[in-house]
Amino acid sequence: MLSLGSGGAKSTKPSFVSYVTPEEIKSEKDPPKQEKHPDLLPGEVEFCSANPILKYTQDDLSQRGVFGTLFCTNFRVTFISDEKPQEKTDKTFKNKLYGENDIPLMCVDHIYGVYDEKRKLITGGLVKNKYPSKMIIHCKDLRVFQFSLTFSKEEDAKKIFQGIAHHCLEEKSLKCVFAFSYMGTPSPEMQWKQETVMFDSPEDWTQEMKRTKANCRLVTENENFELSQRLPKYFVIPLTIGDLFSYQGKGLPIWCWSHYSGCALFKASFPPVTQEDGDFQKHLDTMINAVAHNHLYSVKTEDLSESLPNIQDIQQSYNKFKQFFLIENSTDFWLSDVKWFSSLESSGWLDIIRQCLQKAVEVVECLEKDNTNVLITEEEGTDLCCVISSLAQIMLDPYYRTLMGFQSLVQKEWVAGCHAFLDRCNHLHQKDKEYHSPVFLLFLECVWQLVHQHSPAFQFSETYLTVLSDSVHVPVFSTFLFNSSHHRESVMKAESPLAQSGPLSCPTVWDWSVQFDSKAQNFFFNPLYLEKVKHDRAVRKPHKPKHQRNLSLPSTAFKTPPKKGFFKDETDSLKKMLRVKRLSRWRGSPDAPAATTREFFESWQHRPLDYHGLLLPCLDGPAVHIWMQRYLRWIPEVYILGGGSVAVMTKLMELLSQVQDLKRVLEQRDSSQAAKLDHRPYFQHRLLSFDSSGRLSSSFPFAYTCYRSFKPIIPTGLMQSLMVTDSLASQEDEASSVVSFV
Amino acid sequence: MEESGSVDSVESLCSSTTTRSDRSSGPRVSDTELRSKAKAVEKVYKDPSKDELPLLPEELVQDSAKDVTYICPFIGPVRGSLTVTNYRLFFRCTDREPVFGLDLPLGGLSRVEKIGAASSRGDVSYGVVCKDMRNLRFVHKEPEDSLKKSVFEVLMKFAFPVSNNMSLFAFEYKQVFPENGWKVYDPLAEYKRQGLPNESWRISKVNDHYELCDSYPATLFVPVTITDEELRRVSSFRAKGRIPVLSWIHPESQAAVVRASQTMVGQNGRRCKEDEKLLQAIMDANAQSHKLFIFDARPSVNAAANKMKGGGFESEDAYQNAELVFLDIHNIHVMRESLRKLKDVVYPNIEESHWLSNLESTHWLEHIKLILAGALRIADKVESGKTSVVVHCSDGWDRTPQLTSLALIMLDSHYRTIRGFQILLEKEWLSFGHRFQQRVGHGDKNHTDADRSPIFLQFIDCVWQMTRQFPAAFEFNEYFLITILDHLYSCLFGTFLCNSEQQRLKEEVPKRTVSLWSFVNSQLEEFVNPLYVHYPSHVLFPTVGIRHLQLWVSYYIRWNPRMRPQEPVHQRYKELLAKRAELQKRVEELQREAANRMASSSSERAGSPTRSITPVQTFV
Repeated sequence: MLSLGSGGAKSTKPSFVSYVTPEEIKSEKDPPKQEKHPDLLPGEVEFCSANPILKYTQDDLSQRGVFGTLFCTNFRVTFISDEKPQEKTDKTFKNKLYGENDIPLMCVDHIYGVYDEKRKLITGGLVKNKYPSKMIIHCKDLRVFQFSLTFSKEEDAKKIFQGIAHHCLEEKSLKCVFAFSYMGTPSPEMQWKQETVMFDSPEDWTQEMKRTKANCRLVTENENFELSQRLPKYFVIPLTIGDLFSYQGKGLPIWCWSHYSGCALFKASFPPVTQEDGDFQKHLDTMINAVAHNHLYSVKTEDLSESLPNIQDIQQSYNKFKQFFLIENSTDFWLSDVKWFSSLESSGWLDIIRQCLQKAVEVVECLEKDNTNVLITEEEGTDLCCVISSLAQIMLDPYYRTLMGFQSLVQKEWVAGCHAFLDRCNHLHQKDKEYHSPVFLLFLECVWQLVHQHSPAFQFSETYLTVLSDSVHVPVFSTFLFNSSHHRESVMKAESPLAQSGPLSCPTVWDWSVQFDSKAQNFFFNPLYLEKVKHDRAVRKPHKPKHQRNLSLPSTAFKTPPKKGFFKDETDSLKKMLRVKRLSRWRGSPDAPAATTREFFESWQHRPLDYHGLLLPCLDGPAVHIWMQRYLRWIPEVYILGGGSVAVMTKLMELLSQVQDLKRVLEQRDSSQAAKLDHRPYFQHRLLSFDSSGRLSSSFPFAYTCYRSFKPIIPTGLMQSLMVTDSLASQEDEASSVVSFV
Repeated sequence: MEESGSVDSVESLCSSTTTRSDRSSGPRVSDTELRSKAKAVEKVYKDPSKDELPLLPEELVQDSAKDVTYICPFIGPVRGSLTVTNYRLFFRCTDREPVFGLDLPLGGLSRVEKIGAASSRGDVSYGVVCKDMRNLRFVHKEPEDSLKKSVFEVLMKFAFPVSNNMSLFAFEYKQVFPENGWKVYDPLAEYKRQGLPNESWRISKVNDHYELCDSYPATLFVPVTITDEELRRVSSFRAKGRIPVLSWIHPESQAAVVRASQTMVGQNGRRCKEDEKLLQAIMDANAQSHKLFIFDARPSVNAAANKMKGGGFESEDAYQNAELVFLDIHNIHVMRESLRKLKDVVYPNIEESHWLSNLESTHWLEHIKLILAGALRIADKVESGKTSVVVHCSDGWDRTPQLTSLALIMLDSHYRTIRGFQILLEKEWLSFGHRFQQRVGHGDKNHTDADRSPIFLQFIDCVWQMTRQFPAAFEFNEYFLITILDHLYSCLFGTFLCNSEQQRLKEEVPKRTVSLWSFVNSQLEEFVNPLYVHYPSHVLFPTVGIRHLQLWVSYYIRWNPRMRPQEPVHQRYKELLAKRAELQKRVEELQREAANRMASSSSERAGSPTRSITPVQTFV
C-alpha cells in the first residue's frame, strides 16, 4: 500500500499532492514488470487499459491508494492492483462473475470527473475534450470508486477514460449487452432454476391455477403474440370474457391470484382510448362484469395511477435517496449524518415504500376480509400493478415467502408479466429519462420491510434480496434484459442462429450457481425461518376471517357489499367512476384511506400471529426502516466490527447446522431409508463459526474488514453537529449548583 | 417449533411491567399459558369475573371509585373502576372485550391535576402525566356528597408521599426474595477483580466517613504516591470535593479511567499543585504512555462559562503532558427539554408525514450520538492508545457517569453480563453519587423542578443502542433494561432512592428496602439474552453515526398499540431459548440414537468412521 501525504496544510477538502512522479513509480516497479490481465469470462473482450492508475481507498481522507491497471472490457470496468493479491482468506461470499474491483458496465450509474479541483458530471459532451485528473464512479449497487488518472501516460489515460465513458454512458443497442457475448457454459447444477416456476408454459399456469383453486381460463391464443406484443405469452383471464381480439391487447383483466374463498386479484391496463366513447364503455362493462363474475358478483377496482406516485416520481425520489449513500469520504459522511433524518424525509423514498405497502394492504383487506374480487388498473398495467399484486400475494400466500415461491412470483408477475425491465432499468443508457424508474427495486424494498418486520415468515434472507437487487445490473441474465415476453422471444430467436454453438446461452438469474457457489448460496436462507410444522394437529386457522368481531372501533363507515342482486347497480356506478378516472377508494371516505386499513391491521394484530398465515406490515413512521444492508454495506464509517445482525444470524446458522449435521449422520448410516433430504440446503457449519480469527463486520458478507485496522470510527467535527439554539444550553450547568470557593 | 401467539392484549400493554413483580410471588406462569389472550388476562387478574386486585405485601387499597372513564388516546373512552393503593393506580374495565386494564405504580406519576372546571353534567376531568412517556386522562362524575374526597385527591396524596410527609412505598414493601441484591456490589471485590490494589494504586480511607466528599463512596482508589493530606487539598480544588479517583484499570496496559469533577480554576486561573501532582501521578501509574487525556464532557463554551462561577477546566500550562478534549455534551436542561419534545412527537400520535424530521427536531438521537461518541473516544484512548484518561463534567455526577460507564461497557466484557451491569450501576452511578432523588424526583410533586433530568434514561438508551449493534455481546436482553427503567420510577425497590451512598446509609436503605437486584436475580431467565456469547477479551467499538442509531421504539412508543412489536422482544427471546432447547434436545436424541445405531451396526460394520459431534454449547 502506497501512502501519499497530502502536504503540510490540512484542508477540509483534501487535494491530491504527489511527491512521486509516474516515472519514479515505474522504475520502482520495473523489474517484475509483467502485464497483468483480468481473468476474462468466456466471451469477454478487453477494450483498453491504462497503467499506473491510483485507486483511492475510501476509508479516510488521507488520499491513500493502490496503484494498478484499469481495464475496460465489454463486460466491466476492472482494476487490478500491482500489489500481490493478499487474499488472506478465500471469501465465503465471492461472486464468480465480478469481484470487489469490478464494475459491470451496466452497474455504472454516474461518472464524475475532477478537473482542476472541480467535480463535473461526465456526459457525452465532456468526453471529447480532455480527460480529468480524477475519475469518480458511482455504481448502481452503491459502491463508489475513485481513480487518479494523472500517473499514466496521457494517451493511455485519455483512452481509458474515453473508453469507460463511452461504454458506460453512451446509448447502445441491446445487442451490445454482454449477455449476448457471454458464452458461459450452462452449469450442471440447475436444480434451482428448475424448481422455480418460470411461467413460460401453459402447464405452469394450469398448475398455479390448480394450486390456488382458481376458476379462470388460460389463454393460449397469444402464443405467437397475435393478440398483443405487450401481453404475456400465456395468461389467465376470467371465464366470462369472450372475444379476446376485440380488446386489442389492452384492458384485459389478467388474473394474478385466487383467494381460498374464491375471490381473486386481477390486474389490467387501461382500455384503448382511441375507441369511441361507446366502445370504451362497453369495454369497461365487460371488463368489470367479467371480474365480478368470478366470485359472488362483487368487485372493487383501484386505479393505481391515481392513488400512487407515478414512475417518474419514484425515479426522482430514489435519485435523491441514493445520494445519501454514495459517500466519497468521511467528511461527507459525518456532514450528512447531521441532517440525516430530515434528508431522508425530503427524499420521500420511505414514504413511497409506505404508500405501496399501504395500497397492498388495502387490496389484501378486500380479498381477505370482504372476499371481493379486486381489479387493479394502471396505464400499462405492468409497473405498479406488479408491485401491488406481488406484495398482496406475499402477504396472503405463505408459498411466496419461500425462496422458490418468491422466485416464481417474480417470474409470474414481473418477467412473464411483461414488466419493462430494459426500459425501467435503463440498461441501454437511453437519454430519454421518461421511461426509467426503479420499480422493481421499489418492490424489493417493500419486501424487505416485510422481511424485516416478520423475519420468521420468510425462507429467504435480506442478503438474498440485496443480491437480487444487484443482479439486476449484471448484464448476464436474460431475466432483466427485456421489456416483455414478446421482446424476449424475438430477440432470442433472432440471436440464436448467430451464436456458433446452438441456442443462446443466457442464463436466468435464478441459476444462482452462475454467480455463487453452493456455500455462498447458504446466505440466501434465513435461519430464523419457521418451517411449516408437518405434524399439524391443529387445523389451519389463519384463513378464518372471523376477526371482524374483534373490531374495537365503530365501523359504520362501510359494510361489506350485499352479495347478489346488487351487481347491476354496482357496475353502473363503477363505470361512471372509472370514466372520470377517480375511484381512488371504492368505499370509505376518500380523504382517509388509511383509516379502515388501520383498523384492519389492528384487528389482525390482535389475533395470534401465524407466520404461515396472513402477514401485514406495520406502517407507522417508526416502523418503516432503511434497508441497511443494501445501502450501508460499502460505507466503512458504519461498519460494526463483531456486531450487526450478522452476529445473530451466525449464531443461529451455527445451531441449525449442528442439527443438520446430525441429521446427515443419521441418514448416511441409514441408507436403506432413502428419505429425501428437505431441500433447504445444509448449513455449512465451518462456514460462519466465529473462529479465533475473529469478528465479522456488520456489512458481512459484502464488505470485508480483515485488512482494516481494528480502530473505532470517531466522528469528526462533533461540535458543529448539534444545533441547539436554546437558551438552555447556556444555562448554568446544574441548577442547584452553588459554587463555593473554599 | 410452534409459532408463538401474539400475547399482548390491551391490558397487558397498558399495565406496567411492574405487575411482573407480584407474579413472582405467586406460581410462575408457563409459556403455553401466555398463548391465548384470555389466559393472559387470567394471569393478571386471577379471575376476571371478580374484582380482585393482586396486592403486594404491605400494599393497601386507599380508595376506589366506580364509573370512572379513562380516555384512551388509542381506543377512545373506556368506562371502569379505579383503585388507588399506596403503591399503584389500577384501572379496570370488564365491559369490553378484551378486558381493558391499566396498572401503574404511583412512583411513575409526575403530575396529577384537575383539567378545567366541572362540566355542566357534573363531570370532573383529571390529567395524569407520567414519567414513562405517557399521559393519562380520567373523567368521573362529581361526587354527590361534596364532602367526600374524590379518588384523585387520594391519588395525589399517595402519588407524592415525600411532599406529604409520608414515606415511599419501598420502605414498606417487605417481599422476600431468594437473592439479596444488596450484596451484589462489594467495592473491594470489584476492584480486586481489576487487580487492585497494586503497586501503583492504593485504597484510601480518606473518605471513610464521607468527610472529604459527601457524594463520593467510602472506598476510593488513588495513586500510591499521593497522600491523604494531599487528597484533602485536591478536594478543595475540585467542585463538590469530587477528586480524581480511579474507576477502572486496563488489565494489560494499566491505562486507567479516572473520574472527577471540574477544577475550581475561576476567572483568576487558580492552580493547585496537589491536583497537578495527582494527575501527574495518574499518568505515571501507567508506564505505557507519557500522556494523559482529560475529557471534559461539556461543550468548550460552557466549560469556559463555568469560569465565571469559579469552575473551569485544566489549563494545558498547569498540566504538562495532559491533553484536554471537550466532548460537547449538553447539560441536564437541554436533555430534559429534548425528552419533552420527544414525548410530544411520539405520544399519543405519531405524525406520519413528518415523522423523521420531527424526530430530528427533538435532537434526542443527536445527544445519544454525542454521548456514545464521547465514550467511544475514551475507550479508544484507553484501548488503542494505552493512555490513561480523566473524565469530568461540571460536578462529575451526570455526564461523567454516562461516559465512564459506557466506556467501561465497551472495554470490559464483565459489565456486559447481568451481574456485571448491576455492579457497574452500583459503582459508577449509585456509589459515585448520581443524584437519582433529584433527577427523578421520587415522590415529589414539584414536577417543574429544574433538577429533574433524564440522564440515567439517556445512559440506558445508549446501552440499548449498543445491544442493538452487538446483539450477541450482552448477557441481558431489552426487557432487562426496560425493567430497570420502570423501577427507576416505581419506588418499589430501594436501589434508586436517595442521592448518594452516604444518604442511603443514613436512611438505612439497604436495611429497610428491597433491592431491585433481589427481584431481578431471583428470576434471571427472564432477562437473559439467548444469543449471548461470552468473549472475555472483546472490546466493543460501536458505530456512532446517526444512521445506525434508532429510536428505542419498544420503550418510548410502547404505549401505542400499533407500534407494539408483533411479539414482545423478551417473548421472542424466550422463544429462541425454547427453540434452542428443542434443538439441543433433538441433538441429544439424535446422538443417542446414533450411538444406539452404531452399537447395533458395529458388529457388521466395524471401524466405521466415528464422527465426533460437538455438543451445542450453552451460554446461559
